[in-house]
Amino acid sequence: MSKTVTIGNKKAMLAPFSSWMVVFVLVPMALVVYYAFTSADGGFTLENLKWIYTYRSTMFLSLQLAFIATCICLLLAYPIAYSMSRASEKIQRNATLIIMLPMWMNFLVRTYSWMTILENQGLINSALRCIAGLFGGEFDGFQMINNRGAIVLGMVYNFLPYMILPIYTSLTKIDNSLLEAARDLGSNGFNVFRRVILPLSVPGIISGITMVFIPSISTFIISRILGGGKDFLIGDLIEDYFLGNSGVVNYNIGAALSMVLMILILVATFFMNHFDKDAKTSGGGRI
Amino acid sequence: MKRKIISLLAALFVIFSLVSCSDVGTSTDNQSINVYNWGEYIDQSVLDEFTEQTGIKVNYTTYASNEEMYSKIVSGAASYDVIIPSEYMISKMINEDLLAELDFDNIPNYKYIGEEYRGLSYDPEEKYSVPYTWGTVVIVYNTKYVDEEDVADESIDLLWNEKYAGNILMFDNPRDAFALAHVKLGHSMNTTNPEDWYEAAEELKKQKPLVQAYVMDQIFDKMLNEEAYIAAYYAGDAMTMMDENEDLAAYVPREGANMFFDSMCILKNSKNKEGAEKFINFMCETDIAVRNAEVVWYAIPHTAAYEALDPEQSEDPLVYPPQEIKDKCEVFINLNEETLILQSELWINLKTQY
Repeated sequence: MSKTVTIGNKKAMLAPFSSWMVVFVLVPMALVVYYAFTSADGGFTLENLKWIYTYRSTMFLSLQLAFIATCICLLLAYPIAYSMSRASEKIQRNATLIIMLPMWMNFLVRTYSWMTILENQGLINSALRCIAGLFGGEFDGFQMINNRGAIVLGMVYNFLPYMILPIYTSLTKIDNSLLEAARDLGSNGFNVFRRVILPLSVPGIISGITMVFIPSISTFIISRILGGGKDFLIGDLIEDYFLGNSGVVNYNIGAALSMVLMILILVATFFMNHFDKDAKTSGGGRI
Repeated sequence: MKRKIISLLAALFVIFSLVSCSDVGTSTDNQSINVYNWGEYIDQSVLDEFTEQTGIKVNYTTYASNEEMYSKIVSGAASYDVIIPSEYMISKMINEDLLAELDFDNIPNYKYIGEEYRGLSYDPEEKYSVPYTWGTVVIVYNTKYVDEEDVADESIDLLWNEKYAGNILMFDNPRDAFALAHVKLGHSMNTTNPEDWYEAAEELKKQKPLVQAYVMDQIFDKMLNEEAYIAAYYAGDAMTMMDENEDLAAYVPREGANMFFDSMCILKNSKNKEGAEKFINFMCETDIAVRNAEVVWYAIPHTAAYEALDPEQSEDPLVYPPQEIKDKCEVFINLNEETLILQSELWINLKTQY
């Protein structure tokens, strides 16, 4: 008797979560799929899917830029997270704060501020011009904005914390006695890292990659602000179809493109999780 | 299956309407109105004065293009009372039964609107709109960087001049961007001939490598900081920029340009039509119209306010172009569905050619 009561309570406790998931995750996803397979008048059609092929180069460019941004984030984040995890508790606290600090500001404001830094009349180029002037030289300035590099920079800057924090968490969870044991058994520093630390931090790396790659591939505002609005990424394209900035609103094509993005992300996450299984021992790092 | 989808949709609709209540908001009482206007297109202080005088709170939001405004309204994500679209969008919205007929008894100040601005083709029976401002598209350039001989002929070709590659800004909306290409090719900007549109798209593709960025309101920053040297934009905003940076100058291209009439309208589903009409009437008070014009620098259709303006503004040929320039300009009309789809495809194509 008492057992059934507990189960009933458990279900009741889950209710907020499950209704949230249904309303804000399942229903919207179902709507995306529904729109992707219907025409404007509501009938079933596969017509929308041909646009996926039409815009394959946009898809590819988005994948490419998101991939580069994720790689750069990983390369930057791992050493940072590693040195953080080895530092004193006080430094760890402060470093976490410093990494979180920019996230207290609005994403748009952060991205706009890069515009004033990178522009030809911006902070960096003006400073360089000033220095060149001191030595009596002329300096034309670097072209740092309105190109692909600026878009990748925007992604790296905005999403780097999402890579550092999970890796850092998984590194701090590694039991120190494991490292001591490895040392005791004759591993040198490099081998301790390669055979103990790195495998144990894989869960953090995986969630870091997911959390950087997904927002990067679906971003639309970064490419407009830092890329000069010249080249659409897949996110821009979807936004354009839903908002009709080009003069035509088409939820169906927009939904078909969103669906591909969803599938891409699901497949990537699936592979990641599969890869993750071997290294689940520490269980940490997921945020 | 169909039933399920419908109930899902219904559930979602309920949620969205709940969300939008707390958002920009449906005005549920008579104490507030939602005004949706172009960015940088009003003297913000007149809004406060309206609230002071009438006790009606104004929720003011802005958009960057007619299309953005339109899709926001048809999506039903938020409801507005007063909007200020351009003429072609007004006729589209009249056709689609989105606008309310105005009660001109509540807008006595309509009497100030000049004859030549009344009953224009987008609202021939004067039922739905009260003209707000008008103007043309001009080419703005920085005299410090652009050579005199390149602007001597006041041509639209300046926007395609390879000498200024990387320093040209272009409209980030297809209607205005394609209009420039049509003018360059000598087409009507309201052409419905697909051939004309393909040719115009070719022109825009040729121009793309020369373009620094496709922008709307960001143009202010980029032109004022001399980040870019050449841009096409709306006359009033060009005047505002020229006021802040003395090196900027502008002209209406001799080949022609778009002339626009932006008018205040009330949406059919407005929850506070009375308040909205009060607002429109208030914007047509002579002293308010003068104050507003002094800030936005667009031409106004308000006869009494025009008289009261500083001659520096009312006699400026860029703000109030003389008849021979007006004759070269063309007003947008609402394009038919096929042309709109073609325009959208060509525009997306321009942005997805890497």
